[in-house]
Amino acid sequence: MTRHRHHARDTLRAMSIMGTRVVRTEDPVFLSRGATYTDDLTDERLTGALHLTFVRSPLAHATITAVDVEGARNAPGVVDVVTGTDIDLVAPKLFAGAADGMERPWLATDKVRFVGEPVAAVLTEDSYQGQDAADLVEIDYDPLPAVVDLRAAASDEVLLFESAGTNTSNGFGLGKQFDEHLFDGCDVVVTREIVNQRLAAASLETRAATAVWGEDGRVTVWCSTQNAQAARDAIAGWLGIDVALVHVITPDVGGGFGAKIGADPEFALVAWLARRTGRPVRWSETRSENMTGMVHGRAQLQTVTIGGNREGDVLAYRLDVLADAGAYPRLGSLLPYFTRMMAPGVYDIPKVESRARVVVTTTTSTGAYRGAGRPEATAAIERAMDLFAAEIGLDPAEVRRRNVIDPGAFPFRTKGGAVYDTGEYAQALDKVLDASGYAALRAEQAVRRERGDVVQLGIGVSVFVEITGGGAFAEDASVQVHPDGTVTVLTGTSPHGQGHATAWAMLAHSHLGIPIEKITVRHGDTDLIPRGGGTMGSRSLQTGGVAVYQAAGELVEVAKRRAADLLEADVDDLVVADGAVTVVGTTTGVTLAELAGRAELKVDSVFDSGAPSFPFGAHVAVVEVDVESGKAVVDRIVTVDDAGPILNPLLAEGQRHGGIAQGISQALLEEVVYDADGNPLTATFVDYGFPSAAELPSFTLVDMATPTHLNPLGAKGIGEAGTIGATPAVQSAVIDAVSHLGVRHIDMPATPVRVWEAINAARGSGGARVDTAGSAQ
Amino acid sequence: MIPVGFAYERPDAVEGALELLAEHGEDATVLAGGHSLLPVMKLRLGTPELIIDIGRLSELSYVRVEGDEVAIGAGTRHHAVETSDVVAAEVPLLAAVARTVGDPQVRHRGTLGGSLAHADPASDLPAAVLALGGTVVLRSLRGDRYVPITAFYTGVFSSVREPDELVVEVRVPRTGGAGWAYEKFTRRANDWAIVGVAVVDGRVGLVNMGSTPLRASATEAALAEGASIVDAAMLADRDTDPPADVAGTKEYRRHLARVFARRALTTAIVA
Repeated sequence: MTRHRHHARDTLRAMSIMGTRVVRTEDPVFLSRGATYTDDLTDERLTGALHLTFVRSPLAHATITAVDVEGARNAPGVVDVVTGTDIDLVAPKLFAGAADGMERPWLATDKVRFVGEPVAAVLTEDSYQGQDAADLVEIDYDPLPAVVDLRAAASDEVLLFESAGTNTSNGFGLGKQFDEHLFDGCDVVVTREIVNQRLAAASLETRAATAVWGEDGRVTVWCSTQNAQAARDAIAGWLGIDVALVHVITPDVGGGFGAKIGADPEFALVAWLARRTGRPVRWSETRSENMTGMVHGRAQLQTVTIGGNREGDVLAYRLDVLADAGAYPRLGSLLPYFTRMMAPGVYDIPKVESRARVVVTTTTSTGAYRGAGRPEATAAIERAMDLFAAEIGLDPAEVRRRNVIDPGAFPFRTKGGAVYDTGEYAQALDKVLDASGYAALRAEQAVRRERGDVVQLGIGVSVFVEITGGGAFAEDASVQVHPDGTVTVLTGTSPHGQGHATAWAMLAHSHLGIPIEKITVRHGDTDLIPRGGGTMGSRSLQTGGVAVYQAAGELVEVAKRRAADLLEADVDDLVVADGAVTVVGTTTGVTLAELAGRAELKVDSVFDSGAPSFPFGAHVAVVEVDVESGKAVVDRIVTVDDAGPILNPLLAEGQRHGGIAQGISQALLEEVVYDADGNPLTATFVDYGFPSAAELPSFTLVDMATPTHLNPLGAKGIGEAGTIGATPAVQSAVIDAVSHLGVRHIDMPATPVRVWEAINAARGSGGARVDTAGSAQ
Repeated sequence: MIPVGFAYERPDAVEGALELLAEHGEDATVLAGGHSLLPVMKLRLGTPELIIDIGRLSELSYVRVEGDEVAIGAGTRHHAVETSDVVAAEVPLLAAVARTVGDPQVRHRGTLGGSLAHADPASDLPAAVLALGGTVVLRSLRGDRYVPITAFYTGVFSSVREPDELVVEVRVPRTGGAGWAYEKFTRRANDWAIVGVAVVDGRVGLVNMGSTPLRASATEAALAEGASIVDAAMLADRDTDPPADVAGTKEYRRHLARVFARRALTTAIVA
């Protein structure tokens, strides 16, 4: 009986809202009066706030010989000018695993190590005065040789940090020699160097922070971050004060893509300057500052070696990574750990080995960028699979199908050290090949090649697996029904564009039956929500969302017990629907609001997945390449992205679209470029290849939903699927379009000039195998 | 992204603008659409002391047929050029080129005179006017000067315009039914051209192939002597000195000039 009732309730719930295209509840405000970003804040505590402007290094590597701030100090509106020697805080090491001596000074004192490094801070009554006064700070530099190339950095010929004695920040797997017999028994071995180029996250909202100290000795910091709680902990640590004295609030956040994980040291400096001056301090960087100040992503130089037999079995794979930390090691220095973990991808390869060395260069520090270590792994193995397929003359899709992990083998422990929860890789591949009309595409390609068309067709295939909900597995949620019938949901996974307000309201609604318009989702205030892991690594739904779902479910049980007392009914005879508890088959009942009026109706819950999930998928990209100009245009992209059951297809599709767009963009357009002197050449949106809708095709999204056992929703992450799957598919398609001319490899971004040079080089060598390496840096 | 402080004047007639230019000369910069000037100022790469805003001078916004020429006011927005029936009928190349400038926002602000005066060799319209054999009309309190566009440019961002002169009009010959084409090659839809080739009536203008917009004279001469399009186009990069940057090497741009000259000529002559 009970079981039957529960089944009926679950069916009803499924019919009501789960899996439906609920329109984003946050959009009316975003699209009408606009969001409130940190720089938009109006708060009476911020009356009389000072504006912070940084004076930044114009040189990549130099000794500072003199700093003269007198001119700036006397400029209109200037309240304070601060240099590094004024600051009494300990210089922080921004990545715990970095070599000693690689701490980042709050403001550079002896040396600058990248263009854009802050050297002085100017505080003015308004921001206009700040720009003018900053121009009056006179700094003398004695230039040092820049270190941009990764191999040059690894050679330690020019050191960034003399006290460290090395440019190697850290490494993974460096203690063990590569196995010289790894490729024994392979008929075919292919090796190649691949650049996974440096990218800028280019979030629409740049970095910003505002701080004010209260009379109670606590500091309130509003900042643009993906996780308020981590930002609070970092700021407290850097200021050397108790965590309880820091209150972080994140207003609306205009994009992060990983680059806004935690806090930047500038946030703590804003707080320190507010304490020093006794006035609130506001800081919001310009776009130009953002392009050199906010962490960049990717930036790996990879050497792949793959071996197997001529039937198409891959027998061994080696990945050797040289990763770019930028000037001061940060989160980016950790990411090769994930690259190594995911090195074998979806393939069951008998022998796999990898290592990674992370080196400092005189460039902007690196951090996470949508995918954060996994796109780099996927790009490497997928490129290797293509190279292997080309070498043995088999279809790249066929070689993949032959080597993917068998669906019966899960959970599967990989040679990378991960335990994949689920995987239906061959099925995903077949679905995407079917949906794209793969055979017909190959036929059309053959016709164009035969005709010698100027515009050739390229087809790229990728099969991928990634990690989501890694790192922190536990997440808190609180669900409270109020006497007026409204609901408040508290979550520690604060959004920066994903749509948590809609999704979390759906999850609460699914249990409570209260309309989502009456459900308010609150996040990003550390006093209100002391614990939380933020939004990153595609973790939110499978951790924070499940916690909300669980809390709402527990609240229903609490409500039923209370209603049972009130109605003198058996708990098992009660059902919850439309915000009320009723005796099944009767109209007798009590609303949740009424129950809340009698006693607080609130549940705090913690969900712990205990492990990450490993979503997967397969992409086919169809690209047209003008072989005269070298320009590649994506004609179609067809993707299977299996994130388990989908809570809201509208939100999930949005995540797929955004990720695919960024994946295409890495493959064709985007690259942060430095010249040999360390000058950034792509510090504006004119020069940086940020895409627009005009560069993108419509996307064909194919459904596939394999649930994970790790949470009751069966949900896996979806936020980064696009950058992981689409990037290698598009790169592969470009190379495929010109492979009949003898081209085997073109580094990303496959810009027109690179494609043209690759074709030229192939023709120049009489059609023999050639490639065009990118600007390895 | 905040400019250095500057004075601002918005005269209500061209005469007033000319008086201000005469008084302030090199310290003044003329603001029309602002889409080239303002970013430069916000990056503090340009620091004019005085901005003379002519953006609202309606007397500079017109398109009219005058004899064998079409006269276009310097303040005519790209969008107006793009959608003008007169331009479409008399100088269709110009309408087509205007349509490729930036994005709709830029085209609703930017002006033909501003684009020509800015003298950016990577801009589309100067090379188009060069291919058309147009004339730039400069006015000052000293009088008017009619400068053939072939004699107007002296280098990157520089022209023969004197500090007290204002570009007030652009005159282009009516090309009527003559074949034309514009090939603009970009990485992204809204980018400046990596290379562009404008063709009209056998004349070829090149975008971003040197310090000024250029004519592919060798190609034009070869065509006049009866060479095939394919052969003539192979000369399109002769006497050019294209820039090298993130988008491409000099050699790549030379190659592109040849490819797109061939394509533009083919379209113009075959169509």
